[in-house]
Amino acid sequence: MTAPAIDRPAPASAPVSPARPGRRRLGDRLLTAYGWIVIAWLLLPIAVMVLFGFNDTRSRTNFTWEGFTLQWYGRLFEIPGLSAGFVNSLVIAVLTAVIATALGMMIGLALGRYRFRGQGLTNLIMFAAISCPEIIMGTSLLSMFLMTGIPLGRVTLVIAHVMFSVSFVAVTVRARVLTLDRSLEEAAQDLGASRWETFRLVTFPSILPAVTAGALLAFALSVDDFIISTFVNGPVETFPLWVWSASRLGIPPQVNVMGTLIFAVGAALAVVNAVGARRRG
Amino acid sequence: MADALRAGGTPAIELTGVVKEYSGHGEVVRAVRGVDLAIEEGEFFSLLGPSGCGKTTTMRMIAGFEEPTRGVVRLHGQDVTDVPPAKRDVNMVFQSYALFPHMSVYENVAFGLRRRGVDRDELDRRVREMLEIVDLAGREKRRPRELSGGQQQRVALARALVNRPRALLLDEPLGALDLKLRQAMQIELKRIQREVGITFVYVTHDQGEALTMSDRIAVMNDGLVEQLAPPREVYERPATRFVAGFIGTSNLFSGVVDRIADGLAVLRPGPGDRVLVPVEGKPAEGDTIDLTVRPEKIVITAEEPGGDVSKVRGTVAEVVYLGTSYSYAVTLGNGAEVTVFQQNAHSSDSSAERGDPVWLSWQPRHSYAMGS
Repeated sequence: MTAPAIDRPAPASAPVSPARPGRRRLGDRLLTAYGWIVIAWLLLPIAVMVLFGFNDTRSRTNFTWEGFTLQWYGRLFEIPGLSAGFVNSLVIAVLTAVIATALGMMIGLALGRYRFRGQGLTNLIMFAAISCPEIIMGTSLLSMFLMTGIPLGRVTLVIAHVMFSVSFVAVTVRARVLTLDRSLEEAAQDLGASRWETFRLVTFPSILPAVTAGALLAFALSVDDFIISTFVNGPVETFPLWVWSASRLGIPPQVNVMGTLIFAVGAALAVVNAVGARRRG
Repeated sequence: MADALRAGGTPAIELTGVVKEYSGHGEVVRAVRGVDLAIEEGEFFSLLGPSGCGKTTTMRMIAGFEEPTRGVVRLHGQDVTDVPPAKRDVNMVFQSYALFPHMSVYENVAFGLRRRGVDRDELDRRVREMLEIVDLAGREKRRPRELSGGQQQRVALARALVNRPRALLLDEPLGALDLKLRQAMQIELKRIQREVGITFVYVTHDQGEALTMSDRIAVMNDGLVEQLAPPREVYERPATRFVAGFIGTSNLFSGVVDRIADGLAVLRPGPGDRVLVPVEGKPAEGDTIDLTVRPEKIVITAEEPGGDVSKVRGTVAEVVYLGTSYSYAVTLGNGAEVTVFQQNAHSSDSSAERGDPVWLSWQPRHSYAMGS
């Protein structure tokens, strides 16, 4: 291997005096330490969640470590209310992701690609929806549903979830569209592609990483939404709502297992998307 | 080219009174202010000019990406002014290449043929044949970003040419390449053009590129064509001050006509000086005219030259050694500065030093009176 030879700086190009490398090394160490602290900060809560999915607890509470077990993975669907909530959450999140991605992608394309009357206003509304406090969005959605007489349940949950996640998809797609070389689409048209073919063969593959990222975001936002869901759920209980209502009595380890599974699938999809995006260039 | 220019042939591309205006923020920008062009079949035609001169806009109107505000665009006699780019029988090579990043080289090149439903065997044959021509055989499966700049450029060329367009439009296609590669690609482009026999319309701001490759050049400035002529004529007989200044180095003089004899105007810029310029008709004695002389046409001597030549006196202000030649800056009596190139062929020639009084002389036919 020739790597060590490359790493060694040539004397002529060494830019610093002998006093400097020490200080720089200290700075590097601090930066490295800071990096690890941030990673720990972000991952520790998740690690605790995963860990307590393996806790051999005998009581209803799951706050103290009592030994390792895999039994909760086998008894995952033993609690009917929790299982129903889990399935509800998955169904709603998938529907939300599909609808919000389809709508958000179109909004993102329009905002990134064209100049039109009301563009500034549309941008503003997108960011307003993102920055609006959820409690306010929840109450106003509830009054709207009550006023219009739409019965509360899965439908209102999906409508509400699409409503708050569509902006995230639009903003993600818009950012990607802005970096696209416009002449890609012109080249496609120049080569005889119709508008639809241009979109299907050139534009869509180019923005696909952003669309996928937007879809994952919408799924993640939907699957763990609590505040807005409490207002518009009606009789339907989702996974977070069940966990909240159960928390006064004690959260069973199955909750940790389900959380772990959702996290693992989400993380895996994000990795696949990132790798795919890099490979597509 | 000669037989392409046969009398009576319909031009491959014809622009008549084409104007393009953009309006925004309450003002109208006139990118193209009235262009008439007739590009012949099989010609290598360049649109040359500085950025903002309207050359790219003109090309985009030929491709169909811009609609002229006024005027008509014809391809092979057919009015295509309102025809979208997908339905025009021309293809374009983009400055950024615009290769589809998610497709292989093969799929990029096959894109146009697939859109037209060319059957599988013919498609495969034509794509491979074209990759052969641009010297990329064996790289079919690569992605564009795995190729060098020069290779990407050739893929872009192949992707356009494989459709056998009636004309190929190239928008500064060599701009992103380094000098060596650019020079190699100039020769390559010319070879490919000869091989496929398709009309090339080439947009560039690089005069060297235009002079090297073109059959004819349209020099554009400020939305208008200043001169339309073969490279040699554009260089040797610039029609306007702008063309003289934009192409190569030029010495511009301005002077009062002393008298006119035998189609030559005589100017006397200083005592003992005499400048002879061929003129046709217009200027009379007492008129002020502009004229231009290329630096390599001027001879620099210590003694006053004899014969019917233009001659002016000056002082050497600067000598720059360029290897194959010397470049002199000579200040004339009236303060004007003249650039002179002398080939470094005879070692004794380079005797003029800074501060030396010298004579500059050139043949009358090497200076031209210009329009404004």
